[in-house]
Amino acid sequence: MIRFDRVSKRYPNGRDALAGVSFDIAAGEMVFLTGRSGAGKSSVLRLISLLERPSRGQVVVNGKDTGSLSARQIPAFRRQVGMVFQDHKLLAERSIYDNVALPLIVAHTPLREVDKRVRAALDQVGLLDRVRALPVELSVGEQQRVGIARAVVSRPPLLVADEPTGNLDPVLSREVMALFGRFRDAGVTVVIATHDKALVRESGQREIVLADGRLQGIGTPDVPTLEVPR
Amino acid sequence: MSGWLSRHLQALLFAAGRLARAPLGTLFTILVIAVALTLPASFALLVGSVRSVTRDLANAVDVTVYFRHDVSLEAVQKLAANTRSRAGVAQVKVIPAEQALADFRRDSGFGQALEALTDNPLPHAMDVRPTATATRPEDLEALKAQLAASPEVELVQIDSEWVLRLNAILDLLRRIVLGSAVLLGLGVVAVIGNTLRMEIDHRRAEIEVTKLVGGSNAFVRRPFLYTGGLYGLLGGMLASALMGLSCRLLAEPVARLAQSYGSEFTLATPSLAQIGQLLAVGVGLGLVGAFLSTSRHLARIEPRV
Repeated sequence: MIRFDRVSKRYPNGRDALAGVSFDIAAGEMVFLTGRSGAGKSSVLRLISLLERPSRGQVVVNGKDTGSLSARQIPAFRRQVGMVFQDHKLLAERSIYDNVALPLIVAHTPLREVDKRVRAALDQVGLLDRVRALPVELSVGEQQRVGIARAVVSRPPLLVADEPTGNLDPVLSREVMALFGRFRDAGVTVVIATHDKALVRESGQREIVLADGRLQGIGTPDVPTLEVPR
Repeated sequence: MSGWLSRHLQALLFAAGRLARAPLGTLFTILVIAVALTLPASFALLVGSVRSVTRDLANAVDVTVYFRHDVSLEAVQKLAANTRSRAGVAQVKVIPAEQALADFRRDSGFGQALEALTDNPLPHAMDVRPTATATRPEDLEALKAQLAASPEVELVQIDSEWVLRLNAILDLLRRIVLGSAVLLGLGVVAVIGNTLRMEIDHRRAEIEVTKLVGGSNAFVRRPFLYTGGLYGLLGGMLASALMGLSCRLLAEPVARLAQSYGSEFTLATPSLAQIGQLLAVGVGLGLVGAFLSTSRHLARIEPRV
């Protein structure tokens, strides 16, 4: 599903965010990107979501080399990637329903189908009774669940989440992680960037460890992280 | 097709809803557009009205032919008959010397002084009125040359200079109207473009999220284009109403003024076709302003995470 082949990323300000990072993520897999702040986790997600292009190397997502896609092809590509953010990125003046419906509207989904899918997605995250509420009327945990519903409503094959539990208490964090687990079980590839080692340990899933923009290792909580030669 | 229609209907309703939710701001923008459209459209209407009246005046240009003193009235009548049969001549009227003197005595106020004259100093004359299609300066000059070629003719006089001056003034006014229309049209484009730039800035977060979830530039641009078109349409409607109102208010005083000069001139009200043109221009300028603004500003907004 995802292949990073000796990927480097240098931002216009001259900062090297990634340096020669390579890894593979299989379809239907749930993987954690871990590392301290500034390790390069968000850059990896931005490259996967085509919010950035690599400075060097190759990023292949769902069989597509992101570096070769034209600007006109980017919107269609992004519709194949569900994104969840630490700050939710909900539209404050729009209802929960409208927020969740947005990816379907931009994909020109028929309105009847939009209604069906939005209700199904909100039902999945347990917020079907809040369709008309505004984001500000919801708790932080509920807002995060709305963000997840929006990410999965168009049934993308890939879900990426950047610190999705960063603002949540441990109980809510586990609830959110359980939701991601359910999407993984449904065949969705899930990539989560987090610095919460406890969540990674509890999940028992594979983790890709980054440090200073370099791949430090790949492993699972049960298997000691393998050192990757630089 | 229904999906395409539905998408555009959604964008239109969304744009209309946005305008309705900010009624005061929308009203001010529409007012500026309406004023910018009303001014050149009103002047164009006025110039059109004057031109339609002066077209009739221009058609009424007379060429006066003065005959030599020794030419008899019969010879003049014969020449008049020949002139009537010429192409480009609508009417010929012979003025015998006696009638000319009588008219002069009556109208000039020198009746008593004229009594002292032993002979009639005035010659026979002939008024020649060209057809409506033969009133261009070159046509009149050709007619003058033809008439002057007769040995009986002493002098041919064309009183068309005032018509030429009037036409020159109207042409100048028409160009001024055209120039101001272009400038005010650019103003409308700038007003709509700037209004939408502020709207884009206000909705930056929404645009970012829309692009983040896969919204194309065309999708993001569509409601702004409709907003620009609606601004132009509403501005054009208000401009039409203002023009209609102005014409109604000015019609009576203008007619009174014209009557005092013995003219039947009336101020024309905008026709349905002219209102349609005004609306089309408004919508067109709105779309241009919206397109320029969105092309420039939307491209700069990319999702930040």
